[in-house]
Amino acid sequence: MTALRQPGPASAGVLWRRTVPVWLVLLGLLGLTLALAYQPLGRLAGPVALGIAALKAMVVALWFMQLRRPDPLLRLAASVSLVWVAFLFALTLSDLLTRTAVQVRS
Amino acid sequence: MSQAHPALREPWRSLHRQRQGASFGIWVFLASEVMFFAGALMVFGMLRLQHPAGFLAAARATDIWFGSVNTAVLLTSSLTMAVASQAAEAGLRRLALRCLGITALLGLAFLVVKGFEYRADILGGLVPGPTFRLEEPAAQLFFGFYWALTGVHAVHLTIGIVAVAGLAWRGWRGTLPLASPAFEVTALYWHLVDLVWVFLYPLLYLPGRSG
Amino acid sequence: MSEVAFDPTAPHGVHPPSYLTAGHTLRSWLTTTDHKRIAILYMLALTLFFFIGGIAAALIRLELFTPAGDLLTAEGYNRAFTLHGVIMVWFFLVPSIPVTLGNFLVPLMIGAEDMAFPRLNLLSWYIFMAAGLLAAFTILAGGVETGWTFYTPLATAFANGNVLAAAGAVFVAGFSSIATGVNLIATIHTQRAPGMTWFRLPLFVWGMYTVSIVIVLATPVLAMALLLIMAERGLGLPIFDPAHGGDPLLFQHLFWFYSHPAVYIMILPSFGVISELVTCFARRRIFGYEFMVYAMAWISIVGFLVWGHHMFVSGMSSYASLVFSFLSFVVAVPSAIKVFNWTFTFYRGEIGFAAPMLYAIGFIGLFTVGGLTGLFLASVPVDVHVTDTYFVVAHFHYIMVGGAVSAFYGGLHFWWPKITGRLYPEAWARFAAVLMFFGFAFTFTPMFLMGFLGMPRRYYSYPAEFQIWHVLASAGALLLAFAYLLPMAYLAWSLRWGRRAGDNPWQATGLEWSTTSPPPPHNFATMPRVAEGPYLYHPAETGPQHGQPEPEQKQGDHP
Repeated sequence: MTALRQPGPASAGVLWRRTVPVWLVLLGLLGLTLALAYQPLGRLAGPVALGIAALKAMVVALWFMQLRRPDPLLRLAASVSLVWVAFLFALTLSDLLTRTAVQVRS
Repeated sequence: MSQAHPALREPWRSLHRQRQGASFGIWVFLASEVMFFAGALMVFGMLRLQHPAGFLAAARATDIWFGSVNTAVLLTSSLTMAVASQAAEAGLRRLALRCLGITALLGLAFLVVKGFEYRADILGGLVPGPTFRLEEPAAQLFFGFYWALTGVHAVHLTIGIVAVAGLAWRGWRGTLPLASPAFEVTALYWHLVDLVWVFLYPLLYLPGRSG
Repeated sequence: MSEVAFDPTAPHGVHPPSYLTAGHTLRSWLTTTDHKRIAILYMLALTLFFFIGGIAAALIRLELFTPAGDLLTAEGYNRAFTLHGVIMVWFFLVPSIPVTLGNFLVPLMIGAEDMAFPRLNLLSWYIFMAAGLLAAFTILAGGVETGWTFYTPLATAFANGNVLAAAGAVFVAGFSSIATGVNLIATIHTQRAPGMTWFRLPLFVWGMYTVSIVIVLATPVLAMALLLIMAERGLGLPIFDPAHGGDPLLFQHLFWFYSHPAVYIMILPSFGVISELVTCFARRRIFGYEFMVYAMAWISIVGFLVWGHHMFVSGMSSYASLVFSFLSFVVAVPSAIKVFNWTFTFYRGEIGFAAPMLYAIGFIGLFTVGGLTGLFLASVPVDVHVTDTYFVVAHFHYIMVGGAVSAFYGGLHFWWPKITGRLYPEAWARFAAVLMFFGFAFTFTPMFLMGFLGMPRRYYSYPAEFQIWHVLASAGALLLAFAYLLPMAYLAWSLRWGRRAGDNPWQATGLEWSTTSPPPPHNFATMPRVAEGPYLYHPAETGPQHGQPEPEQKQGDHP
């Protein structure tokens, strides 16, 4: 079990001290993305909001889901789907972005 | 292996291996969940590219306060879930059970808020169909996805609440040893459901606010 | 099993405990977590679905015997081929080898006691049966006419059949697939016996590993596609509806993101089976073991990048067609590597023509034809000519039936002694194997020809000039049906009257042959230890090496 446990005695205090800062960061990011949504960022608004979401996801995955633990197998399983998501989006975009006929006008 | 640990199950030879295997298994399943939501988000994303104006106008019609409060609720539930899982691993029974209870309650709170939001949406004419309020051509399309995506997420969250409440119940009754991998497995699932919302929030609620 | 006690061939009159005799009640079967028993449960369920899908196929071939639409109505015909497709794809071919042979053999082959998550394994069977009930309800309620592809807007706005129930059945079956995939991946990662390194795994296990990756990553996308269809049809949400600016092509993208890899879900396990059969009956190590592994891994990844070749005439961008066409040619390379390597494995082998080997040879031939015609379809100009004709029908049946079903039957014969402890009747089996090959060729080769001449698929009546091809196909289908039913008869016969097999009737390598037949509940008396690679049919120093030149001095010995 030693490989799985964090070093040091795990008391309630240690656990909270380890996790509450992560939570505060997440709430901070939530506040940031909410505030930025009202700024006139134009075309950047979408990428910025999704970028912050990706940051939040990374924080949750690394700290709450414990991917910081040096377990290559878990990291592989966690990241492989992202490659496949990229396959799905990239090849569908190869169709959507190169179609010649315009779709419904909006 | 004269004295098998009560949490040890066939065919595992050690609790350590069993925990690793269970974590790995649930991560493989989560990869599958990621692909599940990616399918809908792909269609959503492509349609947003095709109808930028309609989607911005429709997103502006969602209720940002319900959405933001719920995001905070879910992030907080992830905190208590993470503490519960780590406390179970460290053998801190009381902390683990309390945090599980709070997690389930926060999940329920999310559903309650979501219920109020759905009610406001229905009254506000945001259900696609003849009573739909918005004029923009693709706005109904956006709300088709709004209902489908938030609905599927709510189903996932409901499963999570049942699982977390079940853990808390069995842990409290003493029928589930704290060393069981079930705690971490459930926690990982819970965090993924949280992550799905983390992406739904900027896609459904944030666009079009500055215009 | 009353004859067990009187069996004279048993050593000392005592039988080792076997998983079959571990419990005799129905309850002991329905609550089992033994992977071997779950495999048997799956086999029974799949046989039932194979019959249902087969009856639908029989209806189709009967209707097409004459050019006029006389046996079925147009609507009835649409429902028959949809039923055939849905049942055969999701309730037979996709689960077939992984849930039966894979479930039974993977723990045995890697030296494990059971799958990593035995209760999840049983749960997956119950989910599968729930999906099967939904499918049965769909049939009893009158069926569905969308084709197995559920294309929108037909499925969402125009179809009259039970689209929701049918899509729901496939959706639920997906959970079962994913559970099996997760279980197989975790088992292969965590339950290997000491010394069973990755590159000592039998290729069947590699086939199961790679197919599980495809299952886990592709199935959820289909699930979402079907869910969106159900939301649009059932709840009235505009998702793909062009009237609101939706894009039906996006459904096709989602659908084929799963359904092209689904072909690999059917064929990767077959690759594994054929590799075991070819090595055993040529008494050779597999030629290019590492390349066989890389080829399967390559297919499981690049197989995800080619789905657009199903959409060349759909209105997809022609630039995207170019990309998908190129990638489709790329994915053909590893399949070719596998065919070449099996062929090289024969070279200088001591080839025996037992029934499993006949199935394997049939597989290699049919798969090669199916694969090569796949290249025709991957090339845009040819595809535009033959899209939605019988050429396509012939092509994918060559892969999915000539390939996957032949491999399934071959594997079933090969491991039948291990599963049941009995030998099947060899002469009958050889006859069935040869009959299956010719029955298949008679059924589907005419379809290539009439497809190229312009006979479209999914029509219940057709111009009279195509009748000769349809009559040939229907007659071949009769042979094929006989070739499928015959093994069921003699395999069932062998359960009681077959000769006892012994632990290793084929003198095969592999851990599954080192335990008793049928294996004991926990598979091995002592934990196996592995010290060598697979397929060592000769000691390394005495066996013929592929790289060596022909031994000239031995020419005189064998004139």
